[in-house]
Amino acid sequence: MKNTSVKNIKQKNYNPIICTPYTVWSIIFIIVPLFMVAYYAFTDKTGAFTLANILELPRYAKTFGISLLYSVEATIICLIIAYPLAYFMSNMKASAKRMLSMLIMVPMWMNFLIRTYSWITILARTGIINTLLEKIGIGPLKLINTPGAIILGMVYNFLPYMILPIYTSMLKLDHSLLEAADDLGASPFTRLRKVILPLTMPGVISGITMVFVPCVSTFYISQKLGGGKTMLIGDVIEMQFQSAYNYNLGASISLVLMVLILISLAVMNHFADKDDEEGGGLII
Amino acid sequence: MKIFSKIYTALIMVFLYAPIAVMIVFSFNSARSTSVFGGFSLKWYGELLHDSSTIEALKNTLILAVASSVIATILGTLSAVGIFQMKRRFVRASIMTATNIPMMNPDIVTGISLMLLFVFVGRLVGAEDVLGFGTMLIAHVTFNLPYVILSVLPKLRQTDPHLSEAARDLGCTPLQSFFKVVFPSIASGVFTGMIMAFTLSLDDFVISYFTTGPDFQTLPIKIFSMTKRRVTPDMYALSTLIFLSVLILLILINIAQARSEKKKEAAKR
Repeated sequence: MKNTSVKNIKQKNYNPIICTPYTVWSIIFIIVPLFMVAYYAFTDKTGAFTLANILELPRYAKTFGISLLYSVEATIICLIIAYPLAYFMSNMKASAKRMLSMLIMVPMWMNFLIRTYSWITILARTGIINTLLEKIGIGPLKLINTPGAIILGMVYNFLPYMILPIYTSMLKLDHSLLEAADDLGASPFTRLRKVILPLTMPGVISGITMVFVPCVSTFYISQKLGGGKTMLIGDVIEMQFQSAYNYNLGASISLVLMVLILISLAVMNHFADKDDEEGGGLII
Repeated sequence: MKIFSKIYTALIMVFLYAPIAVMIVFSFNSARSTSVFGGFSLKWYGELLHDSSTIEALKNTLILAVASSVIATILGTLSAVGIFQMKRRFVRASIMTATNIPMMNPDIVTGISLMLLFVFVGRLVGAEDVLGFGTMLIAHVTFNLPYVILSVLPKLRQTDPHLSEAARDLGCTPLQSFFKVVFPSIASGVFTGMIMAFTLSLDDFVISYFTTGPDFQTLPIKIFSMTKRRVTPDMYALSTLIFLSVLILLILINIAQARSEKKKEAAKR
């Protein structure tokens, strides 16, 4: 008797209908579009099945290689810059913490096109850095339209996405563990390696994915700071959809990009803490 | 060590704010250049006010952001409650996986996949140009939804399930028990989700770029088409204004947070 009444309450509370609109929405606008990408990748302009788009992919192998290389470099640089900063921040006073995390978030809320564009003013041949360099007698350096400028643009745009998750996981650190490490005679370096690093790994992992994915698929940064000479995979996709109007080829390249990212995410997740459902700290 | 950490932090802030500083300085440039500073002037701000296409784009951006965040918040909150109460693990896991897809996929893939769907359906029904406000609204709601759901779900986990049962036992209808008991305890999550959705929508360029038509321009898209040519300082003036409003908004949120923290501390004592 008691059991049935409990069950009744549960059944009364459970109303599957309220989830239906979202389920339908996500099937139509999340799942079906992914199949559309696959459909376009394997058909030609008339809608007939073809492998031509897939067979054309080897031509873009070099582009894929360059994109991967630049993104990995940018991600590593972000990690090296962000980790110490997150550590320092987590040891600051509450007011300084709030202030700094706000300062890191403000640029994220601003249009990234304009922020990337302003780098041209800084890096150009007659730009701010070269003007300063000339004053101290060093000739103008070629800064803009180089691979370095593209990587700088990536680091600049996505650095906050690395800092914030690592910082969040630093905040969760149990300080009694650090004291215990000290008491047991660990040097600061050992403490970092054996205690802090493993415990902040979830933040590092989500930081890496949040930087790597946008880096590998970007198309604006390379056009502006790379001078259009270096094509990244995002540029090729954008070109197929917005100027060459070859949707089928564009879809097949996107399909490869998606698979590439899925593989990278799977590899990353393999190292990640599995029971941490929310990830190392999802931020805005 | 303390000094080193301060210098390090300061250097990174300089790196993050250098382009923004450049942008603000050159928005006051009297010359029509974004590389040589000719002298102080406010003329670009004046020109901005008279540029009807920029005002139009700003209006479009706000309409889209409000509409998409409201729809995403309602739909997302409902589905979060539904997902939370779901008993079948498999269904629940598949819905959560679908929810994670737009967050994990690069924006460009989300954008083109939706564009392909719209173009495909458009061709089926024989419409020439389907891309426009409607398709963009769908796209924005789609990428906003996961953020709403993921900020409401943790709040639901924190609420006491017996409370809504009690409300039902005391004679509330399901709707009443939702609005009187469940909603107040998840309201902060719903609000965070809505703000997040609003700002994401406001700032989105990549997905909008692929799902919009020629008739409907938002601010990021207008900025993109302007940076294809040479940028004039009026874009910098506009961005400076956006920067200031973001800064003021965040400072206000910050003050509110600091106050509520102080209150909590006072309550503890």
